[in-house]
Amino acid sequence: MSTELPFLVELLVSALILAGAGFAVIGALGLARMPDFYMRVHLPTAGTTLGVGCTLSASVIYFSFSLQTLSVHEFLISMFLFITAPVSSHMMAKVALHTGVKFVDHTQGRPWPSRTQRPSRDNSQILSDWQTRDRKETE
Amino acid sequence: MLRFAVIVAMLLFTVSLLLNLYRMVRGPDLVDRILTLDSLYVNAIAIIILLGIFLGSTLFFEAAMLIAMMGFVGTVAVCKYVLRGNIIE
Repeated sequence: MSTELPFLVELLVSALILAGAGFAVIGALGLARMPDFYMRVHLPTAGTTLGVGCTLSASVIYFSFSLQTLSVHEFLISMFLFITAPVSSHMMAKVALHTGVKFVDHTQGRPWPSRTQRPSRDNSQILSDWQTRDRKETE
Repeated sequence: MLRFAVIVAMLLFTVSLLLNLYRMVRGPDLVDRILTLDSLYVNAIAIIILLGIFLGSTLFFEAAMLIAMMGFVGTVAVCKYVLRGNIIE
């Protein structure tokens, strides 16, 4: 941080960095506080998209002004993160559905009962839930 | 001002890493731990970028890029292993 930036640029970069850090903390707080996995899987999206996105845009602006050339390395990283974040959270939700992760009562929607795969241990509550739902549907 | 903002943001990202660590230690299921590892590498990327701004060096982008790629591959590999029992079928 040796070169002097114009005041407005410095203000913009600082605001973006602080906003990014704030979004990351909100995401992590939700990850630590939410009651079950299906709610928790939403939160890192905020941290990825807005937190790291803001930090990377701040880095683009800072290095473009301090090196006097357009610096677009960061767009590679942010593009890569934005493309891969939905894929990995889709995979994790799939793992949660197939291994039968427990959920709290007010989670909206119910995982579809898998009839081909035997649910793992610790799962009797989900099973009875499915059975009551199937009974309701047949009635 | 920028120096102060970077330091504060690093502290906030550290708090978020610690919250993630809490969830990883406590997480009741395997999937929670996978999710937390995913979130941890994303926060690590942000901290590396901030360190690059702090030191005024562009050398850290390659490290961040590598962590992004390897972290994604790791998450998908662990998910695939839990789902199917092996990674490359």
